[in-house]
Amino acid sequence: MALISRGFRPKRESDPRLPPGQYLERGFPVLSAGPTPKVDLSTWAFTLGSPGEARARWTWEELLALPAEDVVVDIHCVTKWTKLDSRWRGVSIDTLLDAVEVGDDEQHVLARCDGGYTTNMPLADLRGGKAWIAYGYDGAPLPDEHGGPARLLVPHLYFWKSAKWVRRLDLLTADEQGFWELRGYHDYGDPWREQRYWGD
Amino acid sequence: MTTTTEPEPLDETDSPESTDAPDVRYALPWHVATVAARRRETSSAVSLELDVPGWHGALPGQHVDVRLTAEDGYSTQRSYSLACPGTMGVARATMPTEATTARIALTVQVVEDGEVSPYLAEELVVGDQIELRGPIGHWFVWQPRDPQPVQLVGGGSGLVPLMSMVRTRHQAGSRAPFRLLTSVRTPADALYAAELDALASQDPGLEVTWAWTRQAPAGWTGPVGRLDADALAAACLPPEQHPHVFVCGPTPFVEHVASTLVSLGHDADRIRTERFGPTG
Repeated sequence: MALISRGFRPKRESDPRLPPGQYLERGFPVLSAGPTPKVDLSTWAFTLGSPGEARARWTWEELLALPAEDVVVDIHCVTKWTKLDSRWRGVSIDTLLDAVEVGDDEQHVLARCDGGYTTNMPLADLRGGKAWIAYGYDGAPLPDEHGGPARLLVPHLYFWKSAKWVRRLDLLTADEQGFWELRGYHDYGDPWREQRYWGD
Repeated sequence: MTTTTEPEPLDETDSPESTDAPDVRYALPWHVATVAARRRETSSAVSLELDVPGWHGALPGQHVDVRLTAEDGYSTQRSYSLACPGTMGVARATMPTEATTARIALTVQVVEDGEVSPYLAEELVVGDQIELRGPIGHWFVWQPRDPQPVQLVGGGSGLVPLMSMVRTRHQAGSRAPFRLLTSVRTPADALYAAELDALASQDPGLEVTWAWTRQAPAGWTGPVGRLDADALAAACLPPEQHPHVFVCGPTPFVEHVASTLVSLGHDADRIRTERFGPTG
């Protein structure tokens, strides 16, 4: 039972597309744990594999040559803001997974990024047109502070799962927690079930 | 690995020993906090001291989620850094787990057209209650037992979690060398100025440097404007001392300061950042 806040009156628009506890944000706030990495596209590559094994690897040019999709999605940050109809361009994870063998027992993924950031999620959440490696935002290259040159985009989960500066996806046979998941944040992070922190 | 030239993405900060996370996992229940005191810091910032029964303590740098609920049932949440974590410097394991009331502090910078910050800063009076939960964030934290030098760089209200570290250091009796560089527009925007002056004057281990981006106090002979590489190099602990660096402020400030510190030779792995977005 919630405590009523004396004299508190809502000022924000409500929208059925806002998950519980979220408010509508028109800007695009930045959250990062450390400095924005400097990236050299001539040596940049994206790897899909498992720990110790690179099953496929794409250079920047090779990634851009893959079929691209333009998507318009709502994104939900655990710090409470939601941005509706954000426009992205990138490669579906389905396209990348088609290039490798995936073992039946590999049902978990750990994303690894420049700067050491990691985040985990079930493989099922990256399949079926629900996730991308995004390199374009709002009709332009993805800005560095928002994860450029490329970030994971998993809009149906809280946005810390959409790892900036992503460099590798490791398929795992057992779940392994990532950076924020080890530091108090929820393993799965469904905004509609308000899974922000441990125990939510 | 078949690609031996590939940069290794993981660094030491990913080892379980350095997560700064508690050993025991715990859910975060909502607490009812009672306003015990309020203090105006600037024309647009107010500090609230809150009594929180059942609060288990926090590390400096952590934040809380505040939840407000209107009479019609509408509810909304925002995150606020702790300006004082309550049971400062006391290890979680040694703290009582129930029937305790800790006093914590938040400093709320009013966001124009905001929904929550004007309510917290202007409407709440002593005795009012709000819901909150935390502490949240086990990364942008300083461990009071860590003797390493610490460099703090704050922009505007980004000073709040850094002040939590300064206060905790003082209360815990830590001798870790601290330098604080705090950048604000004008003297009228300076948070905690008197308290910082008092702490620094009695403690040679704490150095506080103010930087003014629009207008300096009368008699100021230094530069006025955005912190540049020279100003950062002059005010910050040198990279050779391998300080922990905490940078907090608006996104452009944090981007600029963190990247400049890296170019000055600071190890990117030692720089922890927190950005204040518009959280009205």
